[in-house]
Amino acid sequence: MAKVVVVTSGKGGVGKTTSTAALGAALAQAGRMVVVIDFDVGLRNLDLVMGAERRVVYDLINVIQGDARLSQALIRDKRVETLHLLPASQTRDKDALTQEGVGKVIAELREKFDYIICDSPAGIERGATHAMYHADTAVVVTNPEVSSVRDSDRIIGLLDSKTAKAEKGERIDKHLLLTRYHPGRAARGEMLKVEDVLEILSIPLLGIIPESEEVLRASNIGTPVTLSSPDSAPGRAYFDAAKRLQGETLAMMVPEEKRGLMSKLFGRRVA
Amino acid sequence: MNLFGFLRPRPTAPVARERLQILLAHERSIAGGSDLMATLKEEILGVIARHFPLEREKVQVKLDRGDAYSTLEIDIEVPSLAKTQASGGPAKLAAGG
Repeated sequence: MAKVVVVTSGKGGVGKTTSTAALGAALAQAGRMVVVIDFDVGLRNLDLVMGAERRVVYDLINVIQGDARLSQALIRDKRVETLHLLPASQTRDKDALTQEGVGKVIAELREKFDYIICDSPAGIERGATHAMYHADTAVVVTNPEVSSVRDSDRIIGLLDSKTAKAEKGERIDKHLLLTRYHPGRAARGEMLKVEDVLEILSIPLLGIIPESEEVLRASNIGTPVTLSSPDSAPGRAYFDAAKRLQGETLAMMVPEEKRGLMSKLFGRRVA
Repeated sequence: MNLFGFLRPRPTAPVARERLQILLAHERSIAGGSDLMATLKEEILGVIARHFPLEREKVQVKLDRGDAYSTLEIDIEVPSLAKTQASGGPAKLAAGG
């Protein structure tokens, strides 16, 4: 059974696109058929983070408006063959997205894929509500920082009222993905702790992604962090989160960077 | 206690946590309660409109949220008494909620 997952947050810059790419890749690396969809019309970036920016021909809006078939717009990843990208349009405006159009595309994707991961734009307007409307499950990406937590609370309220499931009186599954977490700073009382954020938002925890230079490195080279450095702390954290998303129960922990002899000798080299 | 504790800045995370808890308790009550207040307002106005003609612009609704209770204040200017059977000057209705 296909599962539609929305990656959302309200606030911008907390790691939605990074997390969409990493979770999507991790699920595909585990053999699932995955498509990641960029809903940020006009400001697409998932293609860039996935390293497919030069392969975009058609996009979601072309498919909705009947200018291209879905199979023409889907870009198959060169590294993981079960991973696919449906890019957003860079030139059209947000109004080109329609609820019925998006619904049709999602219905068609449900037939072919195990996971349909929708990368939501920031904010609570049209694009964000389109991205969440058809979702079965939501991943709420939150930083341990006041403005991000507040916006996540707002988004959780929308997930419970403005989705197809909510309109039918059903409940959408919501999971918290805490990103850019720094265990040391939290222990010193400089940053909200995992428990603080969980208590405030009261939704189950999908994973804790530690702050790491590997994340920027991955986006620099256009490769999801689970592919570029699967053994890094964020890489392992995303693999664990992907397993939980599939229903596995794993002990919750914050992976730490382990440094092998080779990386100790050469890892710090700059330029 | 760390002897050099005074050198370290005070932890700010507890402040963040407390501010969020207070703010979100407030924001959630607005998100969940505004409909109730709007319904209440419409129904009260409906009842009054059954007894004498109401001019919408002569009605003022004020909602005041406090920590312990909120007040919904509805000021209705009743049209000239000669035109209606109602007695009394401008009526004032206040509902606590």
